[in-house]
Amino acid sequence: MTRMNRITKLFAEATEPILNVYATAGYPNFGDTMTVLNALQAGGVDIIEIGMPYSDPVADGETIQQSNQVSLDQGMTVAHLFEQLKDMRQTVSVPVLLMGYINPVLQYGVEAFCKKCAEVGVDGLILPDLPMAEYESEYQAIFEQYGLYNIFLITPQTTDARIAQIDAISQGFIYMVSSASTTGAKTGISSDQETYFKRIEGMNLKNPRLIGFGISDRASFLKASESAAGAIIGSAFVKLLGQAQDLHSEIVGFVQSIKGKK
Amino acid sequence: MNHSFQVDERGYYGDFGGAFIPEMLYPNVEELRSRYLDIIADQSFQEEFHALLKDYVGRPTPLFKAERLSAKYNTNIYLKREDLCHTGAHKVNNTIGQILVAKRLGKNKIVAETGAGQHGVATATVCALMGMECIVYMGAIDIERQAPNVARMRMLGATVVAAQSGSKTLKDATNEAMRHWINNPVDTHYIIGSVVGPHPYPDMVARFQSVISEEIRSQLQEKEGRDYPDYVIACVGGGSNAAGAFYHFLDEPRTQLIAAEAAGQGVGTGHSAATTFLGKAGVLHGSKSLLMQTEDGQVIEPYSISAGLDYPGIGPMHAHLFKTGRAKFYDITDEEALEAALECSMLEGIIPALESAHALAVFGKLNAKPNEVVVVNLSGRGDKDLSTYQQRLKLND
Ligand SMILES: Cc1ncc(COP(=O)(O)O)c(C=O)c1O
Repeated sequence: MTRMNRITKLFAEATEPILNVYATAGYPNFGDTMTVLNALQAGGVDIIEIGMPYSDPVADGETIQQSNQVSLDQGMTVAHLFEQLKDMRQTVSVPVLLMGYINPVLQYGVEAFCKKCAEVGVDGLILPDLPMAEYESEYQAIFEQYGLYNIFLITPQTTDARIAQIDAISQGFIYMVSSASTTGAKTGISSDQETYFKRIEGMNLKNPRLIGFGISDRASFLKASESAAGAIIGSAFVKLLGQAQDLHSEIVGFVQSIKGKK
Repeated sequence: MNHSFQVDERGYYGDFGGAFIPEMLYPNVEELRSRYLDIIADQSFQEEFHALLKDYVGRPTPLFKAERLSAKYNTNIYLKREDLCHTGAHKVNNTIGQILVAKRLGKNKIVAETGAGQHGVATATVCALMGMECIVYMGAIDIERQAPNVARMRMLGATVVAAQSGSKTLKDATNEAMRHWINNPVDTHYIIGSVVGPHPYPDMVARFQSVISEEIRSQLQEKEGRDYPDYVIACVGGGSNAAGAFYHFLDEPRTQLIAAEAAGQGVGTGHSAATTFLGKAGVLHGSKSLLMQTEDGQVIEPYSISAGLDYPGIGPMHAHLFKTGRAKFYDITDEEALEAALECSMLEGIIPALESAHALAVFGKLNAKPNEVVVVNLSGRGDKDLSTYQQRLKLND
């Protein structure tokens, strides 16, 4: 299985800030997953992060928690998600990541899960409760066999030594959590955060970085993109999904407004 | 002594344990992991810990020979009276230990989760004692059904926050406490209430609770002329009182370890909390253990009449004791626990907590011999459960 991972290609070729948008699978309605993906792509998103809903998402704030619960209540499972993503690559060409918690992956079976990811065209995984040491000893070989990048998080409290370790083991990009928080807890970027952004920028890491948590509009997207290759929007987009009257046009409009294409 | 049932370097008990935490928690958990053993071993810590256990908690707790229960079951039954601890349960052994650790880590704020409110009260108590700010997360549903403990926490100066997420009970309160810690990583220590959570919590909590079996050993030596029982029985929610009661007997082959799990209405009814009967290996709240979950890996909300046993997992140490056969697990229904509570009250004049009543309900299933010695850990007193007892045992008629 030797294709060039879409994530590597994107970062190598990007000429403007990269926008990664998170959407909870099966939200707002069970059958909306592909509608949301197609609309994100139509709007010009650069990376799509699909949230696999979980009953106990400890790293997430209220907005994403609630979307997870709604999706689960509507019957979403990992198996259903793969079914919905079966023909994804016929319409979606941007890199796609699955984001979720480790337990549903364990129950699906790590190898079976990775195999399915490769089959439907998923490029990488973000599993916040899979720590680096576990990844190295139990998961890395399987992920790599299926060409999946594992995206690691760093936070303002992560030590330089650990950041160096994470950089060494990372592929694709590093997910820079903008502040000590769960998702959706804070908005905007303070001067403290800018100091942290600059510190990381000065480390000359081999991997590019995207900044996430607290990014909600074009201003915060551009601000974050001054210190990284781009940024990630989660809760603000999930809020839109929860309120949208016309999913397709509102999603396209949202992405265009962030990218400055409107 | 060979420590085959103790945690290993990587934080595992056999296949179970580890630290499955998001990176946001890593610095805090790593700081704790790298320092807890040195902190606990330090002489000043040991002196302060033991002085507080003695003068504040009221330790050692008695080991009481229950003559009438012994006569009924034709064996020798001892009750380890954790119900006589300050605040009414074993939980305070752990909160005393952890607040002393928190102080040495330079933290001045405490966050905790609670189900029935016992751990919340024990945490609020030590925070008042040490002058630390205390926030306790409690499921919105539990706040309603455990009103007296909510009032106790507030009187002790704690802020009680309702967990509104998920099923609004203990597992969600634990999620919220973890989220609070993520959002307040620098000045806050998380006092987890059982032998669950990421390494080093299960080991640290077990060490603080191990005073229970340490005392049982010396008390039995005095009363029976031998320092081990044939059986130690304890209830298992997350498993902290059981871990403490088992700890010094883990490598004593003459002692059988018996765990009582809450079967709720029965393991086959869909209304149960008996994890070893209904769970499989999975990850929740930072460790790999046995977990009640759907085929898709979503955590199932358990049911038990006893709020303290109403948890969908068990600590990784207990999963290992189960898997290796070192401990034997019994599934005790609501009804069996209620009967055992009534029996202990009528025969011994001791009203047990509903949790502890699950352990007492094992007597009838054990077939202990007349010359054998059975110790049951009476983890807490029943005051908090009186309204349930009133209703279910029809005490008003
Ligand atoms: C009296 C008592 N016993 C037992 C428990 C269960 O906890 P663990 O299994 O950690 O001992 C509780 C929890 O609230 C309790 O209050």
